[in-house]
Order: sequence, then structure tokens, then C-alpha cells
Amino acid sequence: MATRWFGAPVQRLEDPRLLRGRGNYVDDIDLPEMLHAAVLRSTQARARIVSIDASAAWSLPGVHLVLTAQDLGEVLEPSPLLVPHAALTQPRTQLPLARDTVRYVGEAVALVVADDRYIAEDALDLIDVEYESFPVVHSLEVASITDGPLVHDDVPGNVAAHLAQTVGDPDSVFASAPHVLHETLLIDRGAAMPMECRGIVARWDAQDSMLTCWISTQGPLPIRNGLAAIFHLPEHKVRVVAPDVGGGFGTKIMMFYPEEVLIPFVAMQLGRPVKWIEDRREHFISANQERSQLHEVEYAFDDAGILLAVRDTFLHDTGAYAPYGIIVPIITACTLPGPYRLRHYSSEFTVLYTNKVPVSPYRGAGRPQAVFVMERIMDRIASELHLDRLEVRARNFISPGEFPWDVGLVYQDGGPTKYDSGDYLAGLDKLKVLLDYDTFPALQAQARSEGRYLGIGVGAYVEGTGIGPYEGALVRVESDGRVFVSTGVTTQGQAHITTFAQIVADQLGIAPDDVMVSTGDTQAFNWGVGTYASRAATVAGSAIHIAAVKVREKAKMVAADLFEAAPEDIELADGKVFVRDAPHRALTLGQVAISSNPLRYAYGENARTLMSMKLAGPRPGPALPEERGGPGLEASGFYSPPHGSFASGIHGAIIEVDPVTCNVTFVKYAAVHDCGRVINPMVVEGQVHGGVAQGIGGAFFERLVYDEEGQIINASFMDYLLPTAAEVPSLLVDHVETPSPLNPLGVKGAGEAGVIPVPALFASAIDNALAPFGIRIREMPLHPSRLYELLRDAKDKPAL
Amino acid sequence: MKPPRFRYCSPRILDEALVLLDQYGEEIKILAGGQSFVPLLNMRLAAPAYIVDINHISELHYFETEPDYLAIGAIARQRQVERSVLVQEKHPLLVEVIKHIGHMQIRNRGTVVGSIAHADPAAELPALLTCLDGEVLAQSMHGERVIKAKDFFAGYLSTTLEAGELLTEVRFPWLARQAGWSFIEFARRAGDYALVGAMAVLTPALDDTCMSANIAYFGVAGSPIRARAVEQVLIGTQLDAHTLDAAAGAARDVVGEDMQDVHATVEYRRELASELTRRVLKQAWARREQLEGAQ
Ligand SMILES: Cc1cc2nc3c(=O)[nH]c(=O)nc-3n(C[C@H](O)[C@H](O)[C@H](O)COP(=O)(O)OP(=O)(O)OC[C@H]3O[C@@H](n4cnc5c(N)ncnc54)[C@H](O)[C@@H]3O)c2cc1C
Repeated sequence: MATRWFGAPVQRLEDPRLLRGRGNYVDDIDLPEMLHAAVLRSTQARARIVSIDASAAWSLPGVHLVLTAQDLGEVLEPSPLLVPHAALTQPRTQLPLARDTVRYVGEAVALVVADDRYIAEDALDLIDVEYESFPVVHSLEVASITDGPLVHDDVPGNVAAHLAQTVGDPDSVFASAPHVLHETLLIDRGAAMPMECRGIVARWDAQDSMLTCWISTQGPLPIRNGLAAIFHLPEHKVRVVAPDVGGGFGTKIMMFYPEEVLIPFVAMQLGRPVKWIEDRREHFISANQERSQLHEVEYAFDDAGILLAVRDTFLHDTGAYAPYGIIVPIITACTLPGPYRLRHYSSEFTVLYTNKVPVSPYRGAGRPQAVFVMERIMDRIASELHLDRLEVRARNFISPGEFPWDVGLVYQDGGPTKYDSGDYLAGLDKLKVLLDYDTFPALQAQARSEGRYLGIGVGAYVEGTGIGPYEGALVRVESDGRVFVSTGVTTQGQAHITTFAQIVADQLGIAPDDVMVSTGDTQAFNWGVGTYASRAATVAGSAIHIAAVKVREKAKMVAADLFEAAPEDIELADGKVFVRDAPHRALTLGQVAISSNPLRYAYGENARTLMSMKLAGPRPGPALPEERGGPGLEASGFYSPPHGSFASGIHGAIIEVDPVTCNVTFVKYAAVHDCGRVINPMVVEGQVHGGVAQGIGGAFFERLVYDEEGQIINASFMDYLLPTAAEVPSLLVDHVETPSPLNPLGVKGAGEAGVIPVPALFASAIDNALAPFGIRIREMPLHPSRLYELLRDAKDKPAL
Repeated sequence: MKPPRFRYCSPRILDEALVLLDQYGEEIKILAGGQSFVPLLNMRLAAPAYIVDINHISELHYFETEPDYLAIGAIARQRQVERSVLVQEKHPLLVEVIKHIGHMQIRNRGTVVGSIAHADPAAELPALLTCLDGEVLAQSMHGERVIKAKDFFAGYLSTTLEAGELLTEVRFPWLARQAGWSFIEFARRAGDYALVGAMAVLTPALDDTCMSANIAYFGVAGSPIRARAVEQVLIGTQLDAHTLDAAAGAARDVVGEDMQDVHATVEYRRELASELTRRVLKQAWARREQLEGAQ
């Protein structure tokens, strides 16, 4: 396989368009006659709807429709449960509009369609909803009170699911272990906050009986299939397009958000296109969130710092509904062992409903929590035994000879949690170099003598990526020699347009610029699932590769006939198809494409030159010989991985803590990352950068604060603090490449990696910086005021 | 996040604006740079029937040096003042303060006077005006009045400006030549409103003891606070360690009992106020100019 483009830092092909403001996001779509929708959202976290009076809203000039639950007819169905699981005994999903009960602040109660969004919002103010409010389940603590308030009256104890898994025999290991510790660790809520909020434009074409929806989503195909079923339309009469999407981070893989049903519904009902754009205030209270978990962990280790067994029991907050099943806590349970040789492990979790925004995966998806727990353990072992923290990790790492390594748990895709490849020690060694790890103690001592508190922290992780079920792609060479590629996955900024083009370019001997990649349009490709779980490059990338190889073989076959040569002697390079060692006998790829399509007429320059060349005439027999399998240089490819591939990494940072204000600044940040073979190092680094920035946000800036009434009291960017370029340090990134044996490209996912170890390493660094005060961080996220309290308490207590 | 319906007026001359203000009284709101007002409007926290946009009244677009103060007209942008070589030279404290307001894009639109009128207790400029004993000029159809900073700020987002009045000018007194100054704020991110901010202007006497002290805080109460108690601790001292401790201790009291929010507890704010006091005092005192004859 020629590998000219694979591995090269090709500049992002999508950027010139996006940077010039030529992107086409949902809100850029303006159709003639279009109306605008706004959603009335519950102001109560737990209440019965006594009455809704929409008469004043109806009579406001410019209002076309006011919908409440009772107007929805058979569309008033709970959203599908996306990933059922036997342990999820009490699945509950949301109605498009609340019927008689609301379960979180932000739940959709009514919808208004008006001439413009201004009028629609005026009308919302005129809808009078009377609520009867009840005590609110505003925390995991309240959710677990015996005979406490219930989110769903018919779900006892608010327990949605309970799952216990055991590997090895932890009980007997604990019974005889030299050291056993127990700790409580907490991770609180955060949210993805993509720059572009959600949005939908729906158009019903009555003449064509065709429904078209542009949705800012990560999964247009499943939505298309669902909408077809809901509205009793054939699938080919529903087109869902994810145009440019300004970030998803998992929030947009959720389906169905109520609006995804409501907006097509009203567009069909009114016979006019309808647009709904979620504003930031709505996003805070209606787009899914994540992270909240409370872990009780017990761990056993020996005198050499070898981790012998872990018993982890945790509560997982799923919010008011569980649309995504128990994927997130399953990932947590499976991620916890990390890069370590943990043979005795029991994991038990309980998923609880709370009166909060529903939970579904957000970049990292349960992993930052798991890594926080495991890395806290590693640090603690080091401090208990007075060993170096990296040394403890190194002693516990699974070594390269031990792959494939089976953790022994069932992963989120139902397959094994089986690490395909890795070299964790190589990553650790690179990190030491990047951080200047060995000279840090001197630096730290120097700073302390000046009254400054520097700390170094590390976090290592293994990330399951590239899960099934499958993805597919179509690759087609057009007459001008450019190549059209379409796939069912979507792109939200990860540079798929570039990396997919690189994969195709290598197979067809062309430049990536000549590849036109279409993502997320159900009319361009009919099969697939979506972009999530760091799987697009691995799964769709492999499918694209497979399709491109087929096209290459077909091009060789067609050219061989024209040149009267053997297919194995045909080569593709520099946009040409030629006989090996006779490059003067060459056609352009476009000319071969034209020849592969036996029309009576062909158009354009390429066709004219073709006519004037002395090439072999068609063989006798059918114009389309059987073995070509159809006209054109076109092929589809599908790829279904045997199970997920496991990327890994280790990050480290040097921070400085102001011991009075408790502010923390990053002095240095380094990340070593292994996502198998790297398609484009620049793109992978970009993913790591973005992930780390988001991780820093989740560790020290971003925090969703719910009060006891279930109201988010910091629901704006004034108080929900996204880190800016000023807060994120410049990053040092290095790669380890252990190819995955599971797919033809040898790649693993890279999308979520950056975010995963940040809370863990942040805690590690703070402990280290404030070691003189004997502090131990057991919660995330932190903020200066909270760190101040923790430090104050540590100072008041005898050291650990 | 769309505002309710309003009527928009855009006068070109001051008198026209004053007539509109007089005519519509409580129903009209003034639009200056819009950096605070437009978000309030979009979130429907403000819903005036009329908006008078003062951005086109060119006679309000100035800043001028007067003998005792720098006068800034109602539509001079924060960024213009910040970038003025004249102001940089003659009022470096003001420039330092403005640099801490939001981001460049915000300061390009936001006005100095708008920030004073908005009276956000966590904002920098109202605190500076309070610190320096500055004043504002309010004009209406019925005349004009000069209001001292201490009489102007009246609690969270409120002032003693009356319906029908437009704030046309704000006056920042010059610092004494020998005065040392310092401004430090603690904000979560670059460009954020401060959790607590402090500023100090210290003027030494001939014997190099502290002759006068102007100390103000923001983010600590419903309005910016001038801390006389802290100032008293300093007068006549040379800001030795003992004095700094006493001042830092006194500074805890400037934080109101109700200053608890998602970012900070009262106790933490007190700690910040105390520590920032120490830091601004050290820096301001180090920047003073020792007078002839002082050792
Ligand atoms: C992202 C962001 C960050 C920010 N960060 C900070 C910060 O760190 N510190 C800070 O201090 N500010 C900050 N601001 C606010 C900014 O400084 C505003 O510009 C300022 O507070 C108001 O000035 P303006 O000209 O924009 O006034 P406007 O927003 O137009 O008006 C504000 C209020 O004052 C009234 N008003 C305005 N002019 C007059 C007048 N001449 N007479 C009477 N009433 C008047 C208006 O009616 C309105 O009620 C930030 C804003 C944003 C959007």
C-alpha cells in the first residue's frame, strides 16, 4: 500500500471555507415562507401540571400554532430507549412535550410557532402554566434517601439500574492483603457546551411527500429511520442532513430530543418550513449533561506498590430520564482498571434518577470519573509507601508482551473489554522527558524556598474507542478525476474531511484536495450509525479504505482492458493510471472513470482526449462485463470491528498554587498519546489540545450548580466558566504508535482522549503542590473558593 | 433570547435626547455601548417601551483634561481612553483599571460613562470613581447637577440618577504627583468580573509617612466600597509589617454578609479582600515618590 498521505500533517481541507465564514450551519439555512419556533420549558424541577392556558398566546398576532402534549396525538410517545440493557430494569425516557408531570427545569411543556422568533418568545410569556410543585430530588444524596421523594412515582428508590461485575476473586485478596484503604470520591456535573447550540430546520414538501430536516446532530441516519417510523413515511422520503456542526462532544448524539420530533411535526402540520434554534439559556437546561458520580472505593496493595485488588461501588446520576441507557456507568466500570494489571476487581453501580437534565455521554463519557478514581489510587499507594508516583505506575503497567489483555468485563458494545495493543511504559518515558520530570524536585524545592508552591501531577488512562456495530462508505470517481466519498458518520470539527481524503488519496494515487467528502446526509449515504465513541476514523475510516481499495482494483481492471495489459501491471499515481514501467501509456483517473461507464456519449475535455487516443476497443459481448460489477469507478465498503480498539495515553502537568487565593495556574502541560497509527499528526494534536482545554474546564472552571429547587444557578457563560486561551497553557504533545490489529488501517480513536486524564492529573498536581499541608483531593471539579476550604481544613488537621 | 418589542430613537443632539427622556420618564432606557444593556434586554430582564440610543450624539464624544480631573463624555469608548497617549501619561491608574474590563471587543463598544451608570458592584470603574472621590455630571431638561461618587452609587445596579436625567460626563480626579497606586483584582478568568478587587492610592508626607490613603474595593458588597477604616490604619505610618497586618485584618469587614455566590463564599471573599489589601498596599507604597528631604 502506498502511504504518501497517511501519516502526513495535511492541512485541514475544511478550514478555508469555515474560516472565511462560508460554513453552512443550521441557522444559516433560510427557506422561503419559513416560520420560527420557541419552546416553553418547565420552571419547576418536580411538579404536576395542573393546567395550561394558551389562549392569550394563540391570539397574539403572528402566532401560527401553540402545541401542548394533548395536540400531539400518536406522536406523544416516549423517546426510544437507545441502548437497552438487562440491568436497566426501570428505563424511562422523555415525551416530546410533558403531559401531566415535569421532572426537570427545562423539560419541554409547549411549543409556539410564529412569524419570527421574537413573536414566538412573546407568545411564550403569555402561556400560563399552573404547577403543583413537590420536593425535589436535587442530588444523589436525596435520590438515595429511603422513602424520599421520587422522580418517577413508579420507580422505587429512584433506582433505574443496578449492575455488579466481578473479575478474579477480590474478596479473598482483600482478606490477606498487606495494605487496604478506603476512600470516597466525588465527581460533579458538567456539560459539553458546543459553540453551536442545537438547531433544526424542517421542510415538508407535500408535492413530493418528502420530509427534509437539517439538524445539528451527530447521528442523522438513526434520526431519519426514527422519523420515518414516527410519521409513517418510507425511509427514502425522509432526508436528514447534518450540515456544518459547530461541535457536538456527545451532546448531539442523543436522540430524540423533543424538538427533533416536534419541529418536523409542526412543519408537516402547517405545510411551511419551520426553524428552531436553541439559545444558550435553553441549552443549559435542555441539552444533556454528564459526569456526576459518587464512588466508594476500596483497594488493596502490597509493599512493592503492586495493586492487588479494587472494589468500587458507585452511584451514577442519570438525571430525570435514561435515554442512553447505562452506557456511561458501564464505560466507567470498564475504564477504571486502566493501563494496570488488575486481576481482582469488583465493580458495582446503581443508576439513580434525579430531577435534573438527563444524562448521556459527553466527551470522555464516564472515563474521566474512572480515571480520577484509579489515578487517585495510584498516587495514594505512592504516598503511603513513599515511592515515586511514576514508578508505582510503571510497576503496575501491563507490559507490551501481554496483549491482547482481557480486562474481564463486558464493554459498552456488548463485546469484551479486551486491549488490542499498547506500550504504556514507552508513553511514560516520553512524558518524563517532556516534563523534565527528574529535575522537577529541585525546581519545586527552589520555589518553596521563595514561598511558591509548585506541583507536578500525572494521569494515565486507557480508552475504549472505535466500537461497532459498523459504518460504511461509498467511493466514486467522477469524470473530471475527482473522487466523491460519502459516509453515514458526521463531522463536528474533527477534520474528517481531511483524514478521510488522505485515506482515499493513497489508494487512488491522487491528492487529498481531489477528494470530496460528504458526511451526514442520509440522501448521500444510506447506511451507518453516527459519530460518537471516538469511532469515526476507526470504523468509517476503515470502511472508506475498503471501498477505495475496491475502486482501485476496478480502475486497474478497466485500464488493463484499454491498454491490453494485465491488471496487476497497472499502477495509480499522481492522478494517472498507467502501465508499470511505461508511464507514457497513461490515462487520467477521470478518463478511466469515463471508460468504465459505457454511455453512447461522454462530455468534457477528458472525454474528448479519450476519443483521440489509440486505445483498445470494447471487447465483444455485453458493454458492461459481468466481472466489473456495474458501471463507473464506484464501490461501497463496510467495516464492522470485532470489538473496540483501546487507545491510551499519559498526561502530566506542572502547576503553581497560590496558597492564599488558592488560584491555580499551569506552568507546563505535556500529553503523550497512543491512537495506533496516526493518519494526520496535526489533526490528532488538535484533538488532544481541544480535549485538554475541555478537561481543564471540567477540572477547575466549569461546574453546573443546581440549587435545592433543582434550578441551575449559573446557567450562563457569565457564571459557567469555559476556559479561554488565556487559561489553557500551551501544550507539548508526543505520540506512541502501537498499531491496532483489529482494523485494516491500524488506527484507534483519538477524539475523546484529551479530556480524560485531566481531573486526575489536576488532583495529583494539587496534592503534590500543597503536600506540606497534607492535602488530599477527593472531588472534582474544584474552584478556588472550594480549594480554599479544603486547604483550610487540611491546615486544621494533623497531616495524613 | 430575543427582546420584547420596543421603540427605538436615535437623536443626533443632546437636547433631543433630553426631551425624549423627559417625555417618557420611567418607560425609556438609554443605550450606550450596549455591553451590559443588550444582554439584559435579550434575556428579558429589561423591557423598556422606548430606547434612546445616544451613540450618535457627537457632542458627548470626548475626553478632556481639566485642572482637577479628567472629564470623559458619555460616548467615549473604554478602549479609546485606554489607548490615549495623553491618558496613559496623565492617569496611568485609570488605564490600568480599564485594561481589566472584559475583553478588547467589549471595551471597543463599552463606554466609560455606561459602566458608571450601570453601577455593577463588581465593576472596576465605579470602584475607581469611589476610590478617587470623583464625580459625575447629570443633565436633564430642567438643568444639570454634579454628583459625588459617594452620593451616586445606591446599591446593586442602582444609582441616584433620576428619571429624565442623562449622565453626560464622568470626572476622574488626578493623582498627586508623589502618590503611589496599585490596582489588583482576583477574577476567575482573564476578562471576568472580579470576585474581589482592590485599589489603593497612597500619598506620602514630607517625612515619608502615609499622609493620605484612598482605598476601595469591588465585588464585596452591593456597591463599590471606600474603606475608611483601612485607610485610618495607615495614616501616619510607614506601612511596616504590623500596619499591613492590621490593614489586612480590617479589610475583612468590607465584605458584606450576603456576598455568597457560585464562585465564592463570604469567608473566601474576606480572605481575598485581606490578601489583596496587603498586595495593593505594598505595591502602592513601593511606587510612591519620596519627597525632597525624606530619607
Ligand atoms: C463578555 C463581557 C465581559 C464584561 N466584563 C466586564 C468587566 O470585567 N468589568 C466591567 O466593569 N464590565 C464588564 N462588562 C460590561 C462592560 O464594561 C459594559 O460596557 C459597561 O458595563 C456598560 O457600558 P456600555 O457603554 O456598554 O453601557 P450599556 O450597556 O449601553 O448601558 C448600561 C446601563 O447603563 C445605562 N446608561 C448607559 N449610558 C448612560 C448614560 N449616559 N446615562 C444614563 N444611563 C446610562 C443604560 O441605560 C443601561 O442601563 C462586560 C461585558 C461583557 C459583554
